[in-house]
Formats: sequence, structure tokens, C-alpha cells
Amino acid sequence: MSDIKVDDSIDLRGVICPMNFVKTKLRLEALEDGQVLEVTLDTGEAFQNVPKSIKDEGHKIVEVKREDDHFKLKIEKCG
Amino acid sequence: MDRFIEDKTNKVQVSLGGGGEEKKINFNDLKTGGFIKQRQKDLFTVRLRCPGGKITTKHLIEISKIADKYSQKGVIHLSYRQSLEILYVDYKEFSSIVDELTKIGMQVASCGPRVRVPTACGGCEYNPNGLTDTQGMAQMVDKKFFGTPTHHKFKTSFSGCPLDCSRTREMDLGFQGVVDPAWDEPSCTGCTICAEVCIEDAIDADPETGKPIFKADNCIYCGDCIRACPTSSWTARRTGHLVRIGGKHGRHPLEAKAMVNFIPDENVPDVIEKTIEWYKANGVRGERIGKTLRRVGYDSYQAFMEETFKVGSPVKEDI
Repeated sequence: MSDIKVDDSIDLRGVICPMNFVKTKLRLEALEDGQVLEVTLDTGEAFQNVPKSIKDEGHKIVEVKREDDHFKLKIEKCG
Repeated sequence: MDRFIEDKTNKVQVSLGGGGEEKKINFNDLKTGGFIKQRQKDLFTVRLRCPGGKITTKHLIEISKIADKYSQKGVIHLSYRQSLEILYVDYKEFSSIVDELTKIGMQVASCGPRVRVPTACGGCEYNPNGLTDTQGMAQMVDKKFFGTPTHHKFKTSFSGCPLDCSRTREMDLGFQGVVDPAWDEPSCTGCTICAEVCIEDAIDADPETGKPIFKADNCIYCGDCIRACPTSSWTARRTGHLVRIGGKHGRHPLEAKAMVNFIPDENVPDVIEKTIEWYKANGVRGERIGKTLRRVGYDSYQAFMEETFKVGSPVKEDI
């Protein structure tokens, strides 16, 4: 589950809920189905709702990397 | 004693007729409740029956028209139990307002010592946190139990998840959604998201593999791990209701006690029916079930409910 090609990326460290999700969603909207967005998010409270919301919207989290105090998620746009 | 509305009805000033026209007030309408005396002479609040607080826009439009016609001040109040209340209605118009409400499929709610209209949050239909169909359950309970006479008021509510927006801890009988998470090791990639999103400290990430170490004692069954897991390695083993009993607010609030966990939807009516049966046998008039439980003892209730509770699981402390 590595070396997944990234089509766009966004660093949302320091961006709080729900704006981090909204920004993720806006970026995803600009992509085509099957393209991948990489999102960098702080761990902790700001992070807690994002994976759930991404799944609720029908997108796929295809890779997760934890680096110290942040997560890098690769999200495949679905629909 | 003016404890219930039916005790008050004989004190309501009734001046029948107007312009020589004979009018009849059906006090049975009053006794089933839903008509609440206001400070103002002759004026009542008419409380509608809106289980779960959900109402179609079509109904709302029609109710607005009726309220506009009968409310002398043209106002509606949202009751603390999610129902619409038409204020400033003259008692002489009870029959006509009830007729008009019936025509649009709306009914008047209840007051007094009986099972009240259930309240509910949005539930799993559209709320992302929702685990149970609280709205469907509220409709079902309302159909089956509304108005059942009891020793005192009997309030039920449905919360779809442990956030408990419908405050099951304050209900005579409350049902809160729960989900039991099950973990599938082979599909887990050790991404640690579940450990991060669990705010109950029920999941640690293994320092070597990143895979979850589940601390069952801390789990409150909210399902955040299931919702967040990218590979669906966390799934729902079972979903149901945590049942709380004997709560109330008011002057002397009591906190409801969790008695049984993971009661399936289809067993909720049994739980309500048997609970009312126990309450009728053990309570006294004017006593809420929370008081009865504290007076008679939870053991008596638990023993009575043993068969009914068999489909569920025992509860942990402090849930």
C-alpha cells in the first residue's frame, strides 16, 4: 500500500474542524473519479472527524502514514 | 389536589353557548390531556402529538393555518418534548380545532399520568453519528403505547448514539443506541486511525505494528472506530439499545440507571410493556418510576425483567 500516485496535495496542519474537511472536499471536487488527493492533518481533535466524513461521502482512504504529530492520508475520489 | 389536568377540569369556567347557540365541551378530550390551562381566562394551550419532533412540511403548513385561525395571539411554542403547542386557544373552540386537526391527520398530545409522546434525535437515517433508527422507534412506541395510563407521567426517549442528545438519563425509560465493534486482523493495515479517533481511550496502537489493542472496559460503543477505519477492519458485531430506567428532571432530578445493554429493536416493545407492568404493580399514584425503583429496589425490577432482558447483555459500571 505504498507508492500510490498522487494527483494533488494539501497541507491542512493548523486548520481546525470542520474547515479541514471542507477544504479536503473542495479539493476532491476538482479531481476526476479515481484520482488521488494527499492530505496532511494534525493528529488529535482536528483529525478525529475527517476520516469518518471522507468515508461517509463515499471516498476511499487508500493509504495512511503517521509521521510524528501528523497524518498523511491518500484519498481516492469516488463519485 | 391539582396534581393532574383531570383534577383541574372541574374548576375550569365553562360558559356554554354564545349568541344563543348551544355548544358542548367534551371533557373526555381534556382528560386525555393535551389541553393545558393558561393564566388567561378561558384560554388553553393545545399540545400536538409530534413523536420524535419530526413533521412533514405539508403538515406544518396546514398546522400553521389552523394555529393562525385559533390562536388568539397567532403564536406557536415548541414544547420541551419536541411537540408544537398552539397557544391562546379558547376552550369553546376545542371541538372545532380538534376536528380540523384530525382532518389533516394531526392529533392532540397528552398530559397527566400516562405514557407521553416519545422524543428522539435524528437517528441513523441522516445523522452521521446515529446508530439506531430513533425516529422509526419513536413512531412505533407512540402508536403502541401513547396514552397508556400509569401512576404518574411516563416519559420515553430514543438517542441514536452515546452523545445522548435525547437525554435518556432523564427519562422514565430511555433507549440509547450502541454498537459493539469487532476487529478483523487480516484486513487491518495498522494505520492507527482508530486509536486516534477513539476519544474514550479504548484503543491503543501497538507501537510495533500500529494495530489496535482494544481495551473493552473503556469502550462506550459509539462506533467511531468502525466509521473511521479505512479498510473496514472494524465492523459492527451487533447494534442495539442501552436501556436506562428511572430518570426524571423537575424539582428533584433523578438520574436513570442503565439496566441492560444491546436490546435489539424488535425487543423494545417488550421492554416497555413489561416495565409498565412492573410499575403498575409496584408503584403508587403520583409516584414516578424512579421513586418506585428506589423505594422497592432495583433487584425487584431486574428479577421481573429477567426473561425480557435475556436477549441483551449486562451493563458495565458507569456507562
